[in-house]
Amino acid sequence: MATEENTGIGASVLRKEDRRFITGVGRYTDDIQVSGQTYAAFARSLWARARIDKLDTGVAAAMPGVIGVLTGAEMAADGLGGLPCGWLVKSKDGSDMQQPEHPPLAHTHLNFVGDAFAIVVADTEEHAQGAARALEQSVEVTELTPVVSLADATQSAPIHEALTSNVCYDWEIGDKAACKAGFAVADRVVEVELSNNRLIPNAMEPRAAIAEYSTGTDELTIHTTSQNPHLVRLILAAFVQLAPEHKLRVIAPDVGGGFGSKIFVYSEEVSVAWAAKKLRRPVRWTATRSESFLTDAHGRDHLTKAKLALSSEGKFLAMQVATKANLGAYLSTFASSVPTYLYGTLMAGQYATPAIHVEVQGTFTNTCPVDAYRGAGRPEATFVVERLVEMAARQLRADPAELRRVNFIKPDQFPYQTPVALVYDTGNYEASLSQALQHADYAGFAARQRAAEGRGKLRGIGLSCYIEACGLAPSQLAMNLGAGVGLWESAEIRVNPTGSVVVFTGSHSHGQGHETTFAQVVSSTLGVPFDQVEVVHGDTGRLDFGLGTYGSRSIAVGGSALIRASEKIIAKGKRIAAHLLQAGIDEIDFQDGVFSVQASNQSVTFAEVAFAAYIPNNVPTDEVEPGLAEKAFYDPENFTYPAGTHICEVEVDPETGKIDIIQFVAVDDFGEVINPMIVEGQVHGGLTQGIGQALFERGIYDDNGQLITGSYMDYCMPRADDLPNYVVDTTVTPCTHNPLGVKGCGEAGAIGAPAAVVNAVTHATGMKDISMPLHPEKVWRALQRKRRAA
Amino acid sequence: MQIRLTVNNTAHQLDVPDNTLLVEVLRGELALTGTHIGCDTSQCGACVVHVDGRSVKSCTMLAAQADGQEVTTIEGLADGESLHPMQEAFKNCHALQCGFCTPGMIMSAIDLAQRSPGLTEAEVRRGLEGNICRCTGYQNIVKAVLAGASGMKAAATS
Ligand code: FES
Ligand code: FES
Repeated sequence: MATEENTGIGASVLRKEDRRFITGVGRYTDDIQVSGQTYAAFARSLWARARIDKLDTGVAAAMPGVIGVLTGAEMAADGLGGLPCGWLVKSKDGSDMQQPEHPPLAHTHLNFVGDAFAIVVADTEEHAQGAARALEQSVEVTELTPVVSLADATQSAPIHEALTSNVCYDWEIGDKAACKAGFAVADRVVEVELSNNRLIPNAMEPRAAIAEYSTGTDELTIHTTSQNPHLVRLILAAFVQLAPEHKLRVIAPDVGGGFGSKIFVYSEEVSVAWAAKKLRRPVRWTATRSESFLTDAHGRDHLTKAKLALSSEGKFLAMQVATKANLGAYLSTFASSVPTYLYGTLMAGQYATPAIHVEVQGTFTNTCPVDAYRGAGRPEATFVVERLVEMAARQLRADPAELRRVNFIKPDQFPYQTPVALVYDTGNYEASLSQALQHADYAGFAARQRAAEGRGKLRGIGLSCYIEACGLAPSQLAMNLGAGVGLWESAEIRVNPTGSVVVFTGSHSHGQGHETTFAQVVSSTLGVPFDQVEVVHGDTGRLDFGLGTYGSRSIAVGGSALIRASEKIIAKGKRIAAHLLQAGIDEIDFQDGVFSVQASNQSVTFAEVAFAAYIPNNVPTDEVEPGLAEKAFYDPENFTYPAGTHICEVEVDPETGKIDIIQFVAVDDFGEVINPMIVEGQVHGGLTQGIGQALFERGIYDDNGQLITGSYMDYCMPRADDLPNYVVDTTVTPCTHNPLGVKGCGEAGAIGAPAAVVNAVTHATGMKDISMPLHPEKVWRALQRKRRAA
Repeated sequence: MQIRLTVNNTAHQLDVPDNTLLVEVLRGELALTGTHIGCDTSQCGACVVHVDGRSVKSCTMLAAQADGQEVTTIEGLADGESLHPMQEAFKNCHALQCGFCTPGMIMSAIDLAQRSPGLTEAEVRRGLEGNICRCTGYQNIVKAVLAGASGMKAAATS
């Protein structure tokens, strides 16, 4: 537990933000009341695929309390643009990906169940909902045959008439010929077919938006549940063309979790803002959980064939991966990048596999759009690599830990150029593996297995040695690969005359605790007391442009920007101190909040310098400008590469198929750690989502494209009594290219965990493979089949 | 219809439509937005409050059903500056991240602690079955509930 005294970098400081949340005075979007507010509801497609023949709004408009019914056709007539996809991926043949039109409100075709085609605004939520339901019943449509199954989609007729097929892109990375050569000389080839189950993000706070239009100033203010309010503003201004950027203010106040799902710009938020401007009334909307299930961008959903070539000594020679990735009905904001540049580029894992070739077909189906969800591409990549490696170990009758060890990239091989574009700056995979094996008492497993056998239980242990590319991203590199935005981050530090500090960051906190960790960083760097550092984020009206929070980028990119801004503050502070102390600038040192003259006892405090900056009595303002505020924009040189080993130990009851996680060990290398308590919490949460994917969660559509798992009754969320206490530890190999030596920790748990769980369960049961989620019934049936076959 | 509610020790007379849910009165009329709504099937527990001392999902109760009763919400727990032991424990154990599930968790936890004095970890895990948290993985919540329960006991005997 943190002590009052230690609030510096590396201390488990208790969170500043907690008090408002535990006393119920947090301020989430739906908590905000605006005078004169009206309520929006959406009329949505009940069909997976249909053409709108006639939409008569007369009846709905005449219903009680209805203020306006606005349709997709009116939106199009107003000249609003579609929702863009921010990453242009090219196919093998060099052609651009196919992009369907994505109007915020559909006006000709409906492409998934939940696709919004009209917004109703009324005096109460009930009235708005009533009219929206009436529209859904009265809209005249021609139902079209939906394409739902990912496996069949590439061969089916295109769901979008303007496209030539359902293949968005047919992408590849790596050297196909080299890969082929590797397989040609292989002693052994391990093959696998895997599915990566569709997940529904389920941040506990549903999406919401409140838009207010000021006629006098022509300003449009939107409070919304976003992980990156500036990106929302940019897209609304530049692409949707709802209002010019300088007339738009987007505020993301307290946000109740995101996990990726609140990165994107969705139909509803855009429509609410448009309606507010059009009707000249404040309009509010909060998703019901049912709407969240239907429309929050889903995650994962891959079908993959992969193979690994090994030498007789068990060295990996080559790896070949072919994936079909479901993109859903439209391209969500970053959808195209997730199964390509955040997936294929990670296939080296922690291993020195010399040749790798990855092919991915991004595919349209009549389902909710699929985009980044915690881990985004990297969990899918880890699952492929770590399932293959585990199978290889079983086939070779090798110790899975040992097989991994011999194939690791060794510490002296960094920086390491992988065959799939990335250059890992640093790492020590052996260290995290050894530590994890120790925590898991790997050596004692055989005895525990025997003991379990005595109790009629099948016990298994599974490893997952994952890597991720985080700290998105070097702008130039990302843009060369098709990104539509730079991925730097901004920071501003304003020192007040009394010496307290306000920090403005473009990163966004929706559970990560930046108000605490960022204050730790600035307090340590400037020597200002922790409680005198205030962190401000999430408001385009208060801070410079920012790129927001996703891809575990906040501390690595946003934190680095803070360091750069602090350095500028210190540099200016030195110039002021030099005047106050009547010394040369080169003679001034700064440490622990004190400016001092070298080899003397003369000094001034940071607070005194701040005061002098604003009340420049002894500071000539023609030499040093008054004031003490600095900005920095930090663009990372490379991605960061957190990596680690997760070990899961399970017992399976052969009579019921029930799986108990007996132990779960995670040893992660996040580089330097600012607040170990918060990092541990991030790991717990990530692991739980990873275990959720492995054991419980799956978004399922029926053949007609109806979402079967549309509520907490049908979509199984991990609960407290499903889970063990995790054993979490870290190793530290500092990142080599950012000033804090940090790598990021937000996604690791979700990336490493699924393979560890499946490896443990297949180990316990002796099955070759079993698809996620490992529901007891599925496990039981597989065990029965195995028993019959034996 | 007319109802009388005492919420966090303040008496209210309210005139609400018959079908108004308790959570709607709390968040709407009374502006007590600490009680959250996380689902529409009564399963997430974000809306848990105490009605006459017992935890209730306020999204499943009509305001009318609470007529004449005492309601305590997350806003009513702290005594001025001094936090309830369960609130204190949630902070000390880092049992919250985004904070959205937290009010419901704390209200459920207090009821759990009051009902079973010798609370075990397994009982806490089972007892929180009706509260979903997507952020924390529950480990620190469980720790906090045990610590908060001890804190409540200590406060009761001091
Ligand atoms: S809001 Fe989910 S249980 Fe009440
Ligand atoms: S802290 Fe975010 S849902 Fe529990």
